[in-house]
Amino acid sequence: MPDYSEFLERIFEILKPLAKKGLLLNEDTELVTELGLTSLQVMELIEQIEDHFDISIPLNILPDIRTVHDLAAQLEKLDR
Amino acid sequence: MSLFDKFQPIIDIRAELEQLGVMPFGAVTEKFLSPTEGIVNGHKVILAGTNNYLGLTFDPECIAAAQKAVAEQGTGTTGSRMANGTFIEHVKLEQELCAFFNKKHSIVFSTGYAATMGMGSTLAGPGDVIVLDADSHASIYDGVRLGGAEIVRFKHNDAADLEKRLRRLGERTANTLIIVEGIYSMLGDQAPLADIAEVKNKYGGLLLVDEAHSLGMLGEHGRGVAEAAGVEDDVDFIVGTFSKSLSAIGGYCVSNHAELEAIRFAIRSYIFTASPSPSVIASTRVALRLMQERPELRERLWSNAQRLYDGLKELGFQVSPQVSPVVAVTIKERDQAIAWWNQLMHHGAYVNLVMPPASPTTDSLLRCSVSAAHTTEQIDRIIEAFATLNPSSAKEASN
Repeated sequence: MPDYSEFLERIFEILKPLAKKGLLLNEDTELVTELGLTSLQVMELIEQIEDHFDISIPLNILPDIRTVHDLAAQLEKLDR
Repeated sequence: MSLFDKFQPIIDIRAELEQLGVMPFGAVTEKFLSPTEGIVNGHKVILAGTNNYLGLTFDPECIAAAQKAVAEQGTGTTGSRMANGTFIEHVKLEQELCAFFNKKHSIVFSTGYAATMGMGSTLAGPGDVIVLDADSHASIYDGVRLGGAEIVRFKHNDAADLEKRLRRLGERTANTLIIVEGIYSMLGDQAPLADIAEVKNKYGGLLLVDEAHSLGMLGEHGRGVAEAAGVEDDVDFIVGTFSKSLSAIGGYCVSNHAELEAIRFAIRSYIFTASPSPSVIASTRVALRLMQERPELRERLWSNAQRLYDGLKELGFQVSPQVSPVVAVTIKERDQAIAWWNQLMHHGAYVNLVMPPASPTTDSLLRCSVSAAHTTEQIDRIIEAFATLNPSSAKEASN
């Protein structure tokens, strides 16, 4: 199972093209309020992570995620 | 910060539409001229977005049965199925559904939403897993969120992706519920149910199929995609609605699992709501019979669907991936979709405007639903209305 930093790296890679000019991505970047991701884009982000790491990410973790850090931390906690 | 802040995007789009003088959401049908024609928002239009697939809303036998039921049993049941709201007609309809689907058990719900939401929220709970098609209807998502099971999505209509998800679950597939639809409501595409059933049989779990948009349309007897794919025995639960092909309102679940009779007493959307009114049950029972007696309705529906699909495709529109009674035109730009919806109204065709997040992608849809009651001439008039939209720019906009 990948660790926190591997998840983080991948998340940054996926989000990079979506970040507005001048916005520097970091662990505290908020996915919806700051990056402006729509619900569809959040699901695409999840799918890309699933495909890359060959894992399934339950939707149940989504309500606890606001920042890039929250997402990486939740992914690290997954038990498969 | 107030409770109302989160509604601002809706307030904004409503204001925008009002300024344009267009109100596609909650369009008001002022008068019916026939099952397929009416006055909507002041326009005389062909109704091409009403899900009235078999066109039975004004069938004289259905109307007579509903009128008789009102006269004999009153306007409402005034109570839950669990209390005073089970009338003999509810029980008869459940028996008739069992006979039609060749299943041992059935439950009648007050709406299709209550059926899907109720089954999804009750069958799988904390500690269980639900694996559902990513493009599932809102009623499915609402239900599974309420139930507290772990929720995993698989890629739309992708049995290989479903297999991956089940494989990752390992032994947990023993308490996994797989949920798919027969025909998907927005684009009209069908689930590859034979492949899905094969994966389920290989890995385990129970399979629930929502046939809301496929009842009466597919299979030799009109039982839906499960019948057409020859996998009825592999489907554990079929849910659906009376509000489309059966032209009333209400929902159902049928199954061969004896546990359904116990599950009935645990479904909150069944217990804590009033049961369907007598008139609704009466017209539904007749419609269910007529659907079986008149296979020609199904034939006419598909012939109309093919004609509309071919016509719109020929005009250059990006239509659904496969022919079905739902024919959706995809439009990249939301404002273009709004303008075209309005133009269609002015040219005598009412269709559904679907914008994200209700559409499955970031695109918007002009969604048509075909009826067996449409005449060939009406289908041609719908195509003519679309032809006024300058379809070549539609193609560019969709690419």
